[in-house]
Amino acid sequence: MGKEDCGMSTVLFTWGAALLGIIALCMFGRLVAGPTIPDRIVALDAMNTLAIAIMIVLSVVYDSVVMVDVAIVYAALSFVSTLFLARYIEGGQ
Amino acid sequence: MNALIGLLLGVGIVFNFLATVALYRFPDVYSRLHGTTKCTTFGTIFTSLSVLLYGFMRYATTGERRFLTLGVHVIIAIFALLVTNATGAHAIARSAYRSGVRPACAVVDRLREDGGNGGVLS
Repeated sequence: MGKEDCGMSTVLFTWGAALLGIIALCMFGRLVAGPTIPDRIVALDAMNTLAIAIMIVLSVVYDSVVMVDVAIVYAALSFVSTLFLARYIEGGQ
Repeated sequence: MNALIGLLLGVGIVFNFLATVALYRFPDVYSRLHGTTKCTTFGTIFTSLSVLLYGFMRYATTGERRFLTLGVHVIIAIFALLVTNATGAHAIARSAYRSGVRPACAVVDRLREDGGNGGVLS
């Protein structure tokens, strides 16, 4: 595998991360304009998942394994925050 | 091998885009949750698989240990994603039902706890 092939992979993952970021920004509209509060939580959960995907893809671009570890911890934290928000709107009635 | 990595990344991006379409075009919170959670989980698994394949390919060609570490950590991230996304979506759906949001165009409510006429909405 030559050096130009590795460079092509880095370009590929850079464009992939950019497209994933654009998709995550498109989900912001439902977060702002959701009719009910569970709609906003669904949009926030999807944006959290996309942030994890962007971190895993960017670990190739910046050539660091630490970003994958950050993505694992971010997955656990977003799970806890989703559970807390769900308990909050359940008990708020 | 680069083509396979690009194919996996493209499939993941397309599924994440379909999650955005589902988020905007579906009528109520339960169908939005259904489309968004399935598509983001599936698409993120595919983008992670492309990174996993990249790490194992670079480990096979260069023999550096950090690419093997990258692949193993991506496997751990995929398992964490599988557990947390499904459980979080279930918690959101349950709390949305209990906070009074009803599905659009529903005629039967089998989850209603006060019994009565078999859950048929009037």
